[in-house]
Amino acid sequence: MFRYIPLIVKNCWRNRRRTTLTIISVGVSMCLLGVLMAVYHAMYLSDPTPEQALRLVTRNRISLTVQIPQYYMERIRQVPGVKEIMPSQWYNGVYKDARDPKNFFARFGVDPEKMFKIYTELRIPEDQKQAFIRDRTGTVIGRDLADKFNFHLGDRITLTGDIFPGTLELTVRGIFDSPRKSEVLYFNWAYVREGLPEARKGDVGTFNILCDSPAVVSRVGTTIDDMFRNSPVQTRTETEQAFTLAFASMLGNVKMFLFSICAAVMFTVLLVSANTMAMSVRERVREVGVLKTLGFTGGNILMIILGEACVISVAGGAIGFLLSTFLTSGIRKSPAGFFLPPIHPFDPSVAAACILVALVIGLSSSFVPAWGASRTPIVEALRSTD
Amino acid sequence: MAIPVAYNLRNLIVRKTTTLMTALGIALTVAVLLAMMALLGGLRSTLSSSGDPLQILVMRKGSETELVSNFTREQFQDLKFKAGIARTASGDPMASLEVVTVINLASVDAPEGMNVTVRGLLPIGLEMRKGLKLSSGRWFDSGKRELVVGKSVAQRYPSAGVGKHITFGRGDWEVVGVMDAGQSAQNSEIFGDLNQVSSDLDRTEVLSSALLRAPDAGAAAALLNSINDDQRLNMNAVSEKEYYALQTQAAAPIEYIGIFVAVIMAIGSSFAAMNTMYAAVARRSREIGTLRVLGFSQGSILFSFFLESVLLAALGGLLGCLLVFPLNGVTTGIGSTTFSELAFAFRVTPQIMFAGLLFATVLGAVGGLFPARMAAKKEILVALREV
Repeated sequence: MFRYIPLIVKNCWRNRRRTTLTIISVGVSMCLLGVLMAVYHAMYLSDPTPEQALRLVTRNRISLTVQIPQYYMERIRQVPGVKEIMPSQWYNGVYKDARDPKNFFARFGVDPEKMFKIYTELRIPEDQKQAFIRDRTGTVIGRDLADKFNFHLGDRITLTGDIFPGTLELTVRGIFDSPRKSEVLYFNWAYVREGLPEARKGDVGTFNILCDSPAVVSRVGTTIDDMFRNSPVQTRTETEQAFTLAFASMLGNVKMFLFSICAAVMFTVLLVSANTMAMSVRERVREVGVLKTLGFTGGNILMIILGEACVISVAGGAIGFLLSTFLTSGIRKSPAGFFLPPIHPFDPSVAAACILVALVIGLSSSFVPAWGASRTPIVEALRSTD
Repeated sequence: MAIPVAYNLRNLIVRKTTTLMTALGIALTVAVLLAMMALLGGLRSTLSSSGDPLQILVMRKGSETELVSNFTREQFQDLKFKAGIARTASGDPMASLEVVTVINLASVDAPEGMNVTVRGLLPIGLEMRKGLKLSSGRWFDSGKRELVVGKSVAQRYPSAGVGKHITFGRGDWEVVGVMDAGQSAQNSEIFGDLNQVSSDLDRTEVLSSALLRAPDAGAAAALLNSINDDQRLNMNAVSEKEYYALQTQAAAPIEYIGIFVAVIMAIGSSFAAMNTMYAAVARRSREIGTLRVLGFSQGSILFSFFLESVLLAALGGLLGCLLVFPLNGVTTGIGSTTFSELAFAFRVTPQIMFAGLLFATVLGAVGGLFPARMAAKKEILVALREV
């Protein structure tokens, strides 16, 4: 079988323009497919990172926008398997002018002592961490946020409250590095809490929980929710991965969206490839006759033509996947990256899927013309004038 | 002299398999683009038909959406007696204090739950929303845990039909009616009694926003300015119409993704069209030679092949429109800037279809230019000799 490879490659290259155009066309579409598959894979199929696998988020069962009582924290801490817990509050607020979407970034009120114990993947110099813990009005920000607004240690950041009253004067005490996009600001929740009216002091947005081991995570989650089942405020505890996903699904039916575009792209690639192969086979019917006279069997011919289609579409698939890695790393670095699960730019399973799809498309697109050519009688083929 | 168009049409028909495959490729590209445009069109039309230009939404200063706004009853008392607010028949000011929150409900699309807006308001608030009518059941009674759901909510959330119970706050709420707000965004909301909702949410004193009605457009503008300028009130007033118009931002990510996907697919299918046309030129070499011998100029050959490519692509565009047409009127929902789901229907309008056809012809033109040039440049003798 392998001895036909030189022949297959030569055949591919006989009409260079057509082959090039087909490879580009397939490659561009496969690039899109690669991006979509990488996003899909990251959202629905990938395992959580080792850090994420240990974390749970507890929120109010009604919705994320309704708070839960702060005193729940003490009860959750008693649950076996819970290592650390801290309250976390989404502080919407306005930086400069909210009408310019560039000024939007995530702002959370947290517990400075616990934060870096729970988010173990965040890297920050020890002295900056201590400075954040000591300064009640301090804040730590992600490297990406610091770069975007050119913030430095000691800079003042003023946020105007909307969900919460008053303005927040914060001093940058630390800048941390994160494996993910980090346009985010964390400050000491206690600082805002002490200024709240009495009625609102007792509530907080979510609890972020770190568990002892991945094995206990799901049990801890159900224990927490069962514990508050008959309380006035019920909770919903989910893994950090599921929680992040719920955020992305706010955009709408993402799964359906990705599926339908993938289907359209694959079908387009199939059409392009089938068209090329049909044209290519049609113009060498006579040659097939000659090959058969030389002793090539129908099976050989079938294989040579199928092989040619596969070489072209796999080349397109490989180029497409390589192109897609640039685009996926672009998505990861875009501001949306903070709200998406981490997308790996070079994911072996996505690469394999791209090549596999290309292979299947190559085979299925060329089967009909290849089958036809392999079955044409010699005399008829030799007589063909086309 | 120009070569008759019938020549191109017949050529497309003779090579029907190739024609159809290329056209289908273009059709899919056009269909993806049109589906996005229909989605955005539906969203925009829902948002632009929401809100009344005479009504003014008042929130806390700094708040851009009702959800993050806080508004005390005291502030409302000050606001209510401002000059320039229309009066009801009984002489009360047309001002509605409202509380807005979001609850999580399981929907057809998302069994794990989507966010839905719940709005607590008084009878005056219902009266002020002119386009709103009850389509089944009855309105909620004050002081009871009763809800009226928008028609999109009733359709999309099985747990929110009339007679069903929804749990939030301090107990079970009964759905007693379905309201029809025409095309407006209110179809995606759930209404309940202001006092009951706010006490269940533990925010009896701090509510979300107020809606005011002015008697005419001039008064509306004056009222808007006087609230925004009033330092003591410290509030942010926007026209209700403008508030919804601002929410079209929610569609921005979808718009970007749509354009990105369409452009990439367009590159792919214009190369495919180019391939098809090159093959057509190669196979019809002798024909081209003959046409030249008959006296057709290089220009008319160039134009003829170019036209053939455009016709091929236009066929693809037409097929694309046909593929997308069944989407018209299908309801879907996206998360909006208000952190909750907004339902709307795809709108496949003639304008969108025209844009799709135009897009297809551009694809065909790009794909056909080089092959047509090649056809026109052929030497007569060489062309005639080719097999």
